Amino acid sequence: MTATSSEIATYTSDEMMAVEAARRLADGNVCFVGIGLPSVAANLARRTHAPNCVLVYESGTIGAKPTKLPLSIGDGELAETADAVVSVPEMFAYWLQAGRIDVGFLGAAQIDRHGNLNSTVIGDYAAPKVRLPGGGGAPEIATSVTDVFVMLRQTTRAFVERLDFKTSLGDRVRVVVTDLGTLEPRDGELTLVRVHPGVAVDDVRAATGWSLAVADDVGVTEPPTEFELETLRALETKGRE
Amino acid sequence: MADTVTLAEAVRELVHDGDTVALEGFTHLIPNAAGHELIRQGFRDLTLVRMTPDVVYDQMIGMGAARKLVFSWGGNPGVGSLHRLRDAVEHGWPVPLELEEHSHAGMAAAYVAGASNLPFGVLRGYSGTDLVARTRVATIACPFTGEELSAVPALRPDVGIIHAQQADRKGNVQLWGITGVQKETVLASARSIVTVEEIVDELEPRAGAVVLPTWVIDAVAEAPGGARPSYAHGYYDRDNEFYTAWDAISRDRDTFTAWMQEHVLEAVAA
Repeated sequence: MTATSSEIATYTSDEMMAVEAARRLADGNVCFVGIGLPSVAANLARRTHAPNCVLVYESGTIGAKPTKLPLSIGDGELAETADAVVSVPEMFAYWLQAGRIDVGFLGAAQIDRHGNLNSTVIGDYAAPKVRLPGGGGAPEIATSVTDVFVMLRQTTRAFVERLDFKTSLGDRVRVVVTDLGTLEPRDGELTLVRVHPGVAVDDVRAATGWSLAVADDVGVTEPPTEFELETLRALETKGRE
Repeated sequence: MADTVTLAEAVRELVHDGDTVALEGFTHLIPNAAGHELIRQGFRDLTLVRMTPDVVYDQMIGMGAARKLVFSWGGNPGVGSLHRLRDAVEHGWPVPLELEEHSHAGMAAAYVAGASNLPFGVLRGYSGTDLVARTRVATIACPFTGEELSAVPALRPDVGIIHAQQADRKGNVQLWGITGVQKETVLASARSIVTVEEIVDELEPRAGAVVLPTWVIDAVAEAPGGARPSYAHGYYDRDNEFYTAWDAISRDRDTFTAWMQEHVLEAVAA
């Protein structure tokens, strides 16, 4: 790395999350993307090490190549740059359910130690404390793609012993990227495998609502490179125009 | 044959209190103008259907038009939660709102079943989730292999409402870009209304477009800007500032009510 320490120090936790998730995508992966950090990560991967990554947005655009980060999955540029635009029923039946998607990104309000997610309600379903937007594509993304990547900020409110509602299953969750580190399933339980630079293992434990398993060989995430940060910021700046 | 009428006439003629109404648009071509007309005409006890209820559903729910919502993801896309939807579900304001909640794949299959005049849609889905206990879904066995699958009841709205770019003078409709679930919505519904950006002499064929022949539509109404603040591909982009502003407008009941009074109730119908 050629950047000076002051340069590498200046990145946000969102940027670290996006970079870490982007690195997990392999060139040529077909990936189902939502708006927000997953879209940032997938577009970053496509502009760095994975130029042949196929971006699929659930609104029906297959192989979208946006020049700016879309504001929503209905953005016209996704359709204009896509290899194919299909209807929503076709997207979920022919492409997702049929197993043509390698990687699906999911977020949630709550996650448990098995990678099950809640994006439905906080509190009781019939009398919720907080009514969340709901599952959307998540229930079938979680069971139809090969690998589920979860991106979620790590707090004891989000990383809970028991979900208030199980919106999607954790069976295919391969990685959870948080603002503090990276978790992977080991022996059926999410295990901390890396902390981001400047984060202590105990910080991650304190932000987890269950007794967190920590890998013996827990490492430290490689900080974003200058190239990754420049590419990421060019993306984001365009998105704000 | 579709009648070419004003939006106010179409809504007055085809929508009734208590109807099941689907205003579809999967993040693009959202029929906002039609939703506002429903609000102005003061409908009550509607069952509103939409995969992705967003701002215009928040407005209809906040104005007390709905008794029930059938949906799969209800939020302000790219911004956050819908505060009027939350207030109705969490506090019953202004009226309680019953939910029938699905996944996107389930809703899509249910629309396809409705459009196909089949009683149910079938998919691999829902299984293992807490949705199973909270929604209308059943497990069925494949008669050929015995595989367990999920069945969802067909969506058959009384009225389907969509927004498209163009219609011709006979009432044939063409929409393009991200076409979502709009074709299925019109074909699944007993009655349908299509608002369009413009009525043209002749529809120019476009790659990937959805064309709905006039004889499957009841009413076509010209409503330029009818998807605003959403996108209409080839006409305008999303007004992202409005989506962000809606978060603050909709948080407070009084601010919301005043905003609706000024911008919807006192606005002239298209």
